[in-house]
Amino acid sequence: MTQNLESYAEIVGNDVVRHLRQLADHLTGIKVVHVNSTRYGGGVAEILARLVPLKRELGIDASWEVIEGDKDFYDVTKKFHNGLQGNRVVIPETQLGKYEEINAENADRLRDKLKEADVVVIHDPQPAPLLRLVGDHKGKWIWRCHIDISRPHRPVWKYLRNYVSVYNASIWSLSWFAQNLPHPQYIIPPSIDPLSEKNRQLKKSEIEKAFELSGVDRERPVVVQVSRFDRFKDPIGVIQAYRLAKTFMPLQLILAGGEAADDPEGDLVLKEVRNTAEDDPDVHILNLPPDSHVEINSLQRIADIILQKSIREGFGLTVTEGMWKGKPVIGGDTGGITLQVIDHHTGFLVHTPEGAAMRMRYLLTHDTILKRMGKKARTFVLENFLLTRHLREYLTLMVALVKGMDERIEL
Amino acid sequence: MQEPFIIKDCALLAIASGEKAHNLQELADRLVMVHAGCLYYHFWGGMLRPRFEDPEFRNDFASWVRHELHDEVLAERLSIIIPTDYIDLELLRQELLEEIEERLDETEYSYLMRAQVPFNFIRSQIVVFDTHIRIKEPRGLKEIIPNLSRSSLFYHFIDARRRIEGRHDDFSEWLSAFGKEYDELIEALSNVDPYLTGLSEMRERVKRIFNRHMPD
Repeated sequence: MTQNLESYAEIVGNDVVRHLRQLADHLTGIKVVHVNSTRYGGGVAEILARLVPLKRELGIDASWEVIEGDKDFYDVTKKFHNGLQGNRVVIPETQLGKYEEINAENADRLRDKLKEADVVVIHDPQPAPLLRLVGDHKGKWIWRCHIDISRPHRPVWKYLRNYVSVYNASIWSLSWFAQNLPHPQYIIPPSIDPLSEKNRQLKKSEIEKAFELSGVDRERPVVVQVSRFDRFKDPIGVIQAYRLAKTFMPLQLILAGGEAADDPEGDLVLKEVRNTAEDDPDVHILNLPPDSHVEINSLQRIADIILQKSIREGFGLTVTEGMWKGKPVIGGDTGGITLQVIDHHTGFLVHTPEGAAMRMRYLLTHDTILKRMGKKARTFVLENFLLTRHLREYLTLMVALVKGMDERIEL
Repeated sequence: MQEPFIIKDCALLAIASGEKAHNLQELADRLVMVHAGCLYYHFWGGMLRPRFEDPEFRNDFASWVRHELHDEVLAERLSIIIPTDYIDLELLRQELLEEIEERLDETEYSYLMRAQVPFNFIRSQIVVFDTHIRIKEPRGLKEIIPNLSRSSLFYHFIDARRRIEGRHDDFSEWLSAFGKEYDELIEALSNVDPYLTGLSEMRERVKRIFNRHMPD
């Protein structure tokens, strides 16, 4: 369901929406194309599914293209992803050839559209070579990096940098992800949509369904981690933390993972997680299809605490989602989680399963503090991490690119 | 006749400079060379970016020194540097450097500490736009203040000090053209410390000042 801008005013206030319209007045009619590697699954697809219609409503001719690739292509781009997040991966020449070949095919398919656009936003490493491959073009090109690239495996970054350095600008979720590049590197954290199926207010009957879906009971506390089955999300560490905490108190764990078309490692990690959980009846592992938005929403709402024990994280939109539902978050002290989980205010930052277990025990025995943190968490998201703020920064950046790159731009 | 007051609004973009510091000496070395816009961002930019309204430290330098280098002494010294006390950003830069260098001279501990998360120098880019709202007489200004967006207040009350000679806010500058009638109001506005107040709190204070000096 598409929501119009006025619906957001009820949540964020009229002045925020008025602000967006005033900025967009200076961008009326410009052609903006976003390109990424999947239409469904993962935070990027979710953001684009909401951002693009809103830009159109503001009078911008915005569209969204998805590159087409096969399993071999996604195998190599997954290696890029792992390498950029610091794993010492080796990518053979043949695989790099595959990466370039698929990008060349997509460049042929999308060339006419991309050449004519005023602004092209390329998301993440998968389609990064498109700029070099498209050739002559009219507009400004931005590379948007959603992943934690603060300590990349250097050979992987060196290869990718060759494609990224020619862009007019790049966008990073956090300042410490930015790299040495010859263009302006903007810092724009991502956001969640408060009106999407995943975040909207649910009826009691919709929330109740989470108990049936997961199999948890209503009597004992529930901790929930929602994320892809990916080693960087440390699902095994979550099970270890749950076991440590459970020796002191009754507890149930839900690990809900979605599938993403561009993540070939998911099945393997899911198998490892199931093996680790053994037959514990209080560990509920849910492998949900990518359109399970209401289900995820309800699972987060029945949680007492949200976990996101990642060891690397670009931003962690599931953290934002949990906070928006008024839950404290116990998160790994890494990447974008640190921007959202303000230690002792909106949750706790941890480094180990032991740390996560200790904080679970603390919160589950201090109900007043748990509720106060949850309330603070929701307010923090309202003021900083909703789609309207994200849209405002995109609009501002486009104005800056179109009108000139001075330190001060007076419209 | 006095020109109407033009209500503007702004949006601030953060741009990573690529310069990083991992310890105090590097912080001093980078501070000498970074764009002055970085000082503006690290002292004022926090008001318009994700953070709690009432953070522990008002500037990013003090916060990083405290949380990454664990040097409480220097953090406290840096935290009381008030940017509005300096005519321009270069003088502010000098003051920062002096505090850091003094600390480096005081203790070897400062040389040894290495941050897990480096200090990333960021500069800002500001886009200013017209809201198409015009205020023709001072009482209109009183009426609009409670409804001003936080970013509009930032532009007129904080950013103005960079643009206007004498480092006034835009409201005071405009009111001064109406003669002595508003001198007390202008004086009261000048006593609001924009640095030690979050934007929402500042809006409340400015509103109260207008109400006191312009009763219904």
